[in-house]
Amino acid sequence: MTAAARKIKKPLYAVIAACWLAAPFFLGNYQLDVLNNIAIYALLGLSLNIILGYAGMFHMGHGAFFAVGAYATAIINTTWGVPVLWLLPLSGAAAGLFALVVARPIIHLRGDYLLIVTIGMVEIVRIALVNNVFGITGGSNGIFGIDAPSVFGRTISGIVAPGDFFYLVTAFLAFTITVFYLLEHSRFGRALQFLNQDPVAAEGSGIDTARYRLAAFGIGAFWAGMVGNLYASKVTFISPESFSFWESVVMFMIVILGGAGSIPGVLLGAFLIIGLPEMFQGLQQYRLLLFGIVLVAMMIFRPQGILPPAPRSYDVAEDDGENGGPGSTPDDAAGVEVRP
Amino acid sequence: MSLLRIENATRYFGGLMAVGDVSFSVPEGLVFGLIGPNGAGKTTVFNLITGNYRLDSGKIFFRGEDISRMPTHRVVQRGIARTFQNIRLFSGMTVLENVLAGRHCRMKAGPIAAMLRLPSQRIEERRAAARAMAELLFVGLAGHAGNLAKNLSYGNQRLLEIARALAADPALIILDEPAGGMNDYETTALVELISKIRNRGITVMLIEHDMSLVMRACERIVVLEHGKKIAEGTPGEVQADPAVIEAYLGSDDEEF
Amino acid sequence: MEQFFTQLTNGLAVGGIYALIALGYTMVYGVLKLINFAHGDLFTIGAYLGLTLLASLALTDSVGAVAGLLLLAVMVMGLVGVIGILLDRAAYKPLRTSPRLSAVVSALGASIVFSNTIMLVYGPRPRVYPQGLLPTHVLDVFGLSIPVMRLVILATSLVLMIGLYIFIQKTRTGTAIRAAAIDQDAARLMGINVDRVIMLVFFIGPALGGAAGLMVGLHYGQISFTMGWLYGLKAFTAAILGGIGNIPGAMVGGLLLGVIESMGAAYISNAWKDAIAFFVLILILIVRPTGLLGERVAEKI
Repeated sequence: MTAAARKIKKPLYAVIAACWLAAPFFLGNYQLDVLNNIAIYALLGLSLNIILGYAGMFHMGHGAFFAVGAYATAIINTTWGVPVLWLLPLSGAAAGLFALVVARPIIHLRGDYLLIVTIGMVEIVRIALVNNVFGITGGSNGIFGIDAPSVFGRTISGIVAPGDFFYLVTAFLAFTITVFYLLEHSRFGRALQFLNQDPVAAEGSGIDTARYRLAAFGIGAFWAGMVGNLYASKVTFISPESFSFWESVVMFMIVILGGAGSIPGVLLGAFLIIGLPEMFQGLQQYRLLLFGIVLVAMMIFRPQGILPPAPRSYDVAEDDGENGGPGSTPDDAAGVEVRP
Repeated sequence: MSLLRIENATRYFGGLMAVGDVSFSVPEGLVFGLIGPNGAGKTTVFNLITGNYRLDSGKIFFRGEDISRMPTHRVVQRGIARTFQNIRLFSGMTVLENVLAGRHCRMKAGPIAAMLRLPSQRIEERRAAARAMAELLFVGLAGHAGNLAKNLSYGNQRLLEIARALAADPALIILDEPAGGMNDYETTALVELISKIRNRGITVMLIEHDMSLVMRACERIVVLEHGKKIAEGTPGEVQADPAVIEAYLGSDDEEF
Repeated sequence: MEQFFTQLTNGLAVGGIYALIALGYTMVYGVLKLINFAHGDLFTIGAYLGLTLLASLALTDSVGAVAGLLLLAVMVMGLVGVIGILLDRAAYKPLRTSPRLSAVVSALGASIVFSNTIMLVYGPRPRVYPQGLLPTHVLDVFGLSIPVMRLVILATSLVLMIGLYIFIQKTRTGTAIRAAAIDQDAARLMGINVDRVIMLVFFIGPALGGAAGLMVGLHYGQISFTMGWLYGLKAFTAAILGGIGNIPGAMVGGLLLGVIESMGAAYISNAWKDAIAFFVLILILIVRPTGLLGERVAEKI
């Protein structure tokens, strides 16, 4: 990344964040709802990014985890009246557990095979939902009457007051970005990227690749489950249609086209893929056709996505010699900050 | 005490015997060489030690523990690190990050500690980065820390693999043709580096085709041919061994 | 008992269709190691082109039913084959040296382009083939009533498959295709024009898929622009079941899957019929990823 680009980055992000937060003062309800959708898809993209972007696993079934979380919330809320926000961690846990069970036998599969299996998985989930498995999913009619979230006694309805919901989902988005940024720049995040680049070398460096792959699925699914909770409480009515293979493809595209492995990339991807079609309402019916063409073109001309990840910098403390190793030669290692 | 003990190791690939009933011990603190003509089974032996391949029969002991069936990542945790014959770096990541990969198994922080930004995690990260820099300094790559691994010269990439292996705090480091693609100047520097590694108390095991390197660096050598051990001893003993001479007759590159 | 044989023949007929489509997947995968996501849509294009040609050229009126249908089949297969070649040129050829994921995503994009183009041209609602072209009488075979068309479909599929098998095994070009599937570089060194082989594979595979589409349209009557999705995925399952890259495997896999699906729908549950293929897929990939007829490949580090 050039020095000029690096200088602009932080102020640019600040401006974008400010514009985003000020949106409810300028935009009408319909447009706010679009922004809410962008945020939801951004969250889904970020959760998929852990599996697809960092760990490099071809996963086109992310909608399944989204569905598990949404349905968990819907069922428990409509049956026992538990407030939806309380169900946030539970929805995540349900999706995460589901992912661990499902991913366990397929974690060793090679790239394109894994892709096909995830497609099969998400379709089986959808068919199970339609067939009202265990009698609780409401079949193809879905489940309605889900409560909107309420914070300190104030109801935040995504339908009636998208401006209110906007701040709720933005808060969650900000939280997610922070936490995922920390994850990316940690031992865990690095391990995923190592096993993405070269699994043999990663194992040879002491990384239990199978376990980390599973963990990536678990965490990505957990988050998608939580987003499912938010989504269910926003639209108050869910049905199997919302969790089709096509939705998983959209999430996949957001990550790949935006920039796999890059948080800003995924955010941009969500904005473009969900937001742009809204701006060109007249071309609605050509929307998907254009998507397809863009996909092919991107792969040929810019496969790394619009905003691929940049190399990371590290703050290197002085080696106090307590790490083992060759011991420090005082002048060289002290206080060196390494930058790309 | 022997650090590594290989007993009757055998491995077939289809009908081909790559390694047949090979036994030897690697004493602690030495530089140990494994040589033989092409196809002798040297890299296969390494892969058997590190768990990349499964033994068909036989056992391997490391510090007295049976590691014959151990998965690779656990062998590394036990204290054996390696480099690869065909360089396997994380080419899209920086030099420093590549060395951090080696540090992985000596760190503890999991995803939750990272997401919560626990102080212990932050301290661990900074110390790991410092240790990684120290290793880069040790092999002579400190100035490249921020570069992408794929932009390094071939010889430097080999050094980076060594730094990565050293960062894992191994008791035994296995170098698979570390001088591949190096010129004479770089090879001499490599001999010095191997000596420095040994002086840190790390046992070194080496596969090499470059005979001058092997004879200069190694203190003890095992010779393989067609998957079988045909000689073992000091460089002098091995050079004089008639079976070894015969095995190398007809190959072009070495001078004794 | 009667139901068993009815389901069996039904399954075989459907299985023949799956097999024809599966051949397209397996041939492309064998030579390029690429899953042609857009293949199911080529099947759909075959169905729609058949409809258009049938309506506009009124072939059956001019030359009679049998000759007309044969001519139609040849035209559809030829056209879809050409589209297959163009697909490769546009979406896959530029990515020959790129990482796998790029080609997969491009295939997905191509699939989206195809299915949406069909929707824009023909409208989103399902279309119907003209009725009365095909004989509808029911044969009495060993006391079972089997619609004659079901047998015709199965027979046609088998003829095409056997023809392909002979071509692949016995001709020089077929051998070239097999060689390129095993090792492209070695094939090139042997003087085989690998680009031409690829072009041929992208003609034959889609052509067979197009034929399958035409048959589905003629026999089942109704076609929609999304039919390629389900048929394609099931056919892909069939290819995996038989061993991806293995031509006899695709044939066996297709027939087998058709039968499993029919039996499952009849004896277990009809609502889960589509899920059966997915279950089979996942099971195979976990238990025996090389498929029934595929070979184990030893991996060297």
